Amino acid sequence: METGSRENPEAAGVEPAWTGLPPGLLRMRRWLLAVWLGLLTAATGVLLGVFAGPVWAAFALLPLALLTGGWVMVERNWRSWRYAERADDLLISRGVLWRELTVVPYGRMQLVEVTSGPVERHFGLASVQLHTAAAATDATIPGLDPVEAERLRDRLTELGQARSAGL
Amino acid sequence: MTAPGVDGAVREKAAVTERRLHPVTPLRRAWAPVTVIIGWALHDPDQAQRQLTRLTTTTLLIALAVFVPAAALYGFLTWWFTHFAVTDTELRIRTGLLYRRAAHIRLERIQAVDVTQPLLARIAGVAKLKLDVIGADKKDELAFLGADEARTLRAELLARAAGFAPETAHEVGEAPAQELLRTPPGVLAVSLVLTGATWGTLAAALCVPPLIWLATDSVWTVLAVGLPLLGAAGASSVGRFVAEYDWTVAESPDGLRIDRGLLDRVHETVPPGRVQTVRIVEPLLWRRRGWVRVELDVAGSANSMLLPVAPREIAEAVIARVLPGVTVPPSLSRPPRRAGRCLPLWWRGYGIAVTDTVFASRHGLLRRRLALVPHAKVQSVRLAQGPWRRAWRLADVHVDTGANKTVTARLRDAEEAAELLRGQAERSRTGRRDARPDRWMAQP
Repeated sequence: METGSRENPEAAGVEPAWTGLPPGLLRMRRWLLAVWLGLLTAATGVLLGVFAGPVWAAFALLPLALLTGGWVMVERNWRSWRYAERADDLLISRGVLWRELTVVPYGRMQLVEVTSGPVERHFGLASVQLHTAAAATDATIPGLDPVEAERLRDRLTELGQARSAGL
Repeated sequence: MTAPGVDGAVREKAAVTERRLHPVTPLRRAWAPVTVIIGWALHDPDQAQRQLTRLTTTTLLIALAVFVPAAALYGFLTWWFTHFAVTDTELRIRTGLLYRRAAHIRLERIQAVDVTQPLLARIAGVAKLKLDVIGADKKDELAFLGADEARTLRAELLARAAGFAPETAHEVGEAPAQELLRTPPGVLAVSLVLTGATWGTLAAALCVPPLIWLATDSVWTVLAVGLPLLGAAGASSVGRFVAEYDWTVAESPDGLRIDRGLLDRVHETVPPGRVQTVRIVEPLLWRRRGWVRVELDVAGSANSMLLPVAPREIAEAVIARVLPGVTVPPSLSRPPRRAGRCLPLWWRGYGIAVTDTVFASRHGLLRRRLALVPHAKVQSVRLAQGPWRRAWRLADVHVDTGANKTVTARLRDAEEAAELLRGQAERSRTGRRDARPDRWMAQP
């Protein structure tokens, strides 16, 4: 499958050691997708079938198509997410069609946040979010293993303190 | 009132002298109910007139007898319960009658200090002192202080923020300032005449009300639309002239001084190393005269103007003082020709340059804007590429700064963009090394 991760815009220089995301995020997103769109398919099919006739129930195929399309897209998106800890900065790369590569020097980090919602916790996942003094910095790594998330948080905090530069 | 124990403990521990604001301050608060009533009357004139005719002299007198002392008492109490103190590292403000609020502002984190004097305050001989700190809100201002007191307090705050020894900080006094530029009123007036916004709002104010009159025949609608338009036209022409009158930029060891205003005088101070980005704006009609406007971004500050109008060479000289060691790059590299497929015509306005000290990016075709970011102020770098850009092997590079402004190099060649991203990350990391410390007078 063609994914964003194979041909990367950084290929010219020294290739950093990229880390992908564990499969938990893919599982969670597919599960959410299946639950919501499955419910929608069933609801559309049943309601239209009962009230408008069986022909109209064919509209239920629409969410079903979305579900199959989404099934593939979610995987591509999951594959595109990766991050690399370099000596002095953190790289986060993501996106399939709209690609984005973010570089945050450790010294500019103001705050490292580990969050985990109820659904994420059920799948054993946690997100790491970095904040710098610029609100536009959108450096989030979703769907990490909680142990890895905490390791990353501690390491980033440590590096951030060592190289602290502030504004 | 809320927690007397805590309050007492704080007072015992901090052996600092607390001061009150100038006694004129309560009068400022007394205006509040009056402005509310005026605002209501303007908002709903019919209703106001009907209510007024119903009122008798006695009710009016009773209302006055209740309202004015209540407002005066409120003003007096807020003044009485507001204290401030300067310690070695902090400015402390304690305020609040029912809801207590104590703000401790760390002096080395001060981004800018403003002393403003509105017209009435000038007559009363008082001034407002405002501190810009990242993440703090507008409440952290000291209004009002005596004019001289405000000036000495500013000098003291800056001296302490600069890292002078605590014992000598209040004796350092005003740092000597060296004037860099003063805008003549004539040039300012001409520059406003040559600005599109002035004529646009004026044309709207003159054309829209007659059209509405033709359409509706209602005086109130015409007034309701025409007055705000006239106000906007006035604000963008006369208002700007009055606000930017006698614009003086000076340099002192405490940083950049900006003094301005015809009626309301404003004195801003931006300590060294606080400027995050500088923008050179060049409107179309100014280009023949070689004039530019210079704007700057300081984190946590609303002030954004450095020079309202100045010849280009002088503006560049001032920028060299604001961002030490920075020269405005003379030539910029344009995006490749195929960028026209993504953004026809307008792609010609884009251009970037990277020097040892700054990242510069220009955009705009008619009104050119060149943004300069010192490498040391870059917080993060992002490379973004959508499907259409990728088809043409183009990409955008965003550079985020601490003042919540993002400077973007648009439509660069994909390989060049990747190179730019890597190089910029490297430069912003190393650029910080020779930056000055937060306490700019302290010995490293």
